[in-house]
Amino acid sequence: MHPAPSVILFTTLSGLGFGLLFFLGLGMPEVTGKVAFVFYTIAYALGVGGLLASTFHLGHPERAWRAFSQWRSSWLSREGCCAVAALLIMGAYAIGAIFLGTHWTLLGALGASLSLGTVFTTSMIYAQLKTVPRWNMVPLTPALFLTLSLAGGALLAGQEGQAMGLLALAGLTLLAYWHQGDRAFAQSGTTLASATGLGPRGDVRAFEPPHTGTNYLLREFVYVVGRKHAMRLRAIGFGLAILLPLICLSLPISGLLAKHLLAALAVLSHIAGVAATRWLFFAEAEHVVGLYYGKR
Amino acid sequence: MTDLPQTTTRKMGLVIDLDTCVGCHACVISCKGWNTENYGAPLSDQDAYGANPSGTFLNRVHSYEVQPEQGPAQLIHFPKSCLHCEDAPCVTVCPTGASYKRVEDGIVLVNEDTCIGCGLCAWSCPYGARELDLAAGVMKKCTLCVDRIYNQNLPEEDRQPACVRTCPAGARHFGDLGDPNSDVSQLVAARGGIDLMPEMGTKPVNKYLPPRPKDTLARSQDQIDVLSPFLAPVAEDTVGFLGWLDRALEKLPGGSN
Ligand code: SF4
Ligand code: SF4
Repeated sequence: MHPAPSVILFTTLSGLGFGLLFFLGLGMPEVTGKVAFVFYTIAYALGVGGLLASTFHLGHPERAWRAFSQWRSSWLSREGCCAVAALLIMGAYAIGAIFLGTHWTLLGALGASLSLGTVFTTSMIYAQLKTVPRWNMVPLTPALFLTLSLAGGALLAGQEGQAMGLLALAGLTLLAYWHQGDRAFAQSGTTLASATGLGPRGDVRAFEPPHTGTNYLLREFVYVVGRKHAMRLRAIGFGLAILLPLICLSLPISGLLAKHLLAALAVLSHIAGVAATRWLFFAEAEHVVGLYYGKR
Repeated sequence: MTDLPQTTTRKMGLVIDLDTCVGCHACVISCKGWNTENYGAPLSDQDAYGANPSGTFLNRVHSYEVQPEQGPAQLIHFPKSCLHCEDAPCVTVCPTGASYKRVEDGIVLVNEDTCIGCGLCAWSCPYGARELDLAAGVMKKCTLCVDRIYNQNLPEEDRQPACVRTCPAGARHFGDLGDPNSDVSQLVAARGGIDLMPEMGTKPVNKYLPPRPKDTLARSQDQIDVLSPFLAPVAEDTVGFLGWLDRALEKLPGGSN
């Protein structure tokens, strides 16, 4: 699948933003006033920024509002609804925290679950697609999005204890996702033989494509450029997203400034690492339509 | 709502005969021609006369080589367009309701006025039947020529999808696959029509007729070519006039010695 920068940016940033909102909604940390303002600004910048970025790849961004209408059947629509609901509820909760110095616990809990729901619905957009076996893994794909979002959220919220555990969990999920994903296409049972129905007659080979140039399908679904660097990128992504932040958090340092610097390093490294793994999430995903072109 | 209808009154669709298709791409061209000038946004081309041309097509013809365990390989031309699936994933994933399946005839369409061009429906289609038009920013797909098949302004024989009407080999058939007595249904039954990628669970309406086994013809005794007895060698031994002719011909340039 073509790794569109807007979609990578969106899933990375909004995942982090909603992860942070989840922790804020649960009162971790229980901040008020100016400090709360800073926290919520970061969370909204990430969440809203990501959502806006995702509209850049639309053919008609001005009609994006229509995407709220089909929540009954469409995960993409559910994601939109969930995101707006989470942002509204958490906005009300934030007003309480920033200006009134109070925490409406119930509202916060609702906002927190909607935030997590947003990340879940995002993941289901991909996990529902039978056409991309590497994504079509429930519960692994949702687990990957959720654990990464929670780990990033905990990092941003300064919840070091939770962050360590969640980072480790996200790391394990990532490894499991890669392990299972590498087998998914073969396990799906879809081959050129089943795609053409010619399998029972013999060995099927793509002889001539329908067109000499490229087309939308090849550009969008048959992206093979980055695959040869996949292993190296996986190592880099895993190191930056999981290992380095874990090291930063576990270094026994007492100075306040040094601690803050390390935390900042952990956050930045985590974001870069998640972006790298998200790039791979798309670049490595093979769509079955590639079979018709004798490719994957 | 982009929920799928429980059932459709009719199941209009295509039956494509892989035995007959000669791979001429006439259906590709007639489809592009009709659908550029009629229903919805035109099918645009990018860099059409430049070094890297590409464009939107609703029907494309692949070619495959099949190598049986024994005998020569076969070349099979393979036209592919939207299969108007009964369980169309492209409809349910659409966030705007722009994609829908019609209750009256089962045709899957896109409302181009509400499509936001997110591309998710094309992601969900296993067959590559949807292409986002780069100029219009909306999703394009086979409409089964809704603007021909019911069009009272056209002569009766033209009320068929453009590809079916054009095919010089008669490899494409159009009709109601929900009616077991229709011509197309009977054709499917007689020839053992199949679904593409049945494991995807899309339940395509369009059916493909597998090619007949061409390579068994030569092997079976009773079906041998009627002319073949006359093609047997007239003489195996080279004596007399034939012997002289044989030697004389071999002396010419290009002879065997
Ligand atoms: S062939 Fe593709 S576009 Fe057509 S109905 Fe089936 S899933 Fe949808
Ligand atoms: S591209 Fe258009 S028709 Fe397809 S899912 Fe998006 S809004 Fe629906």
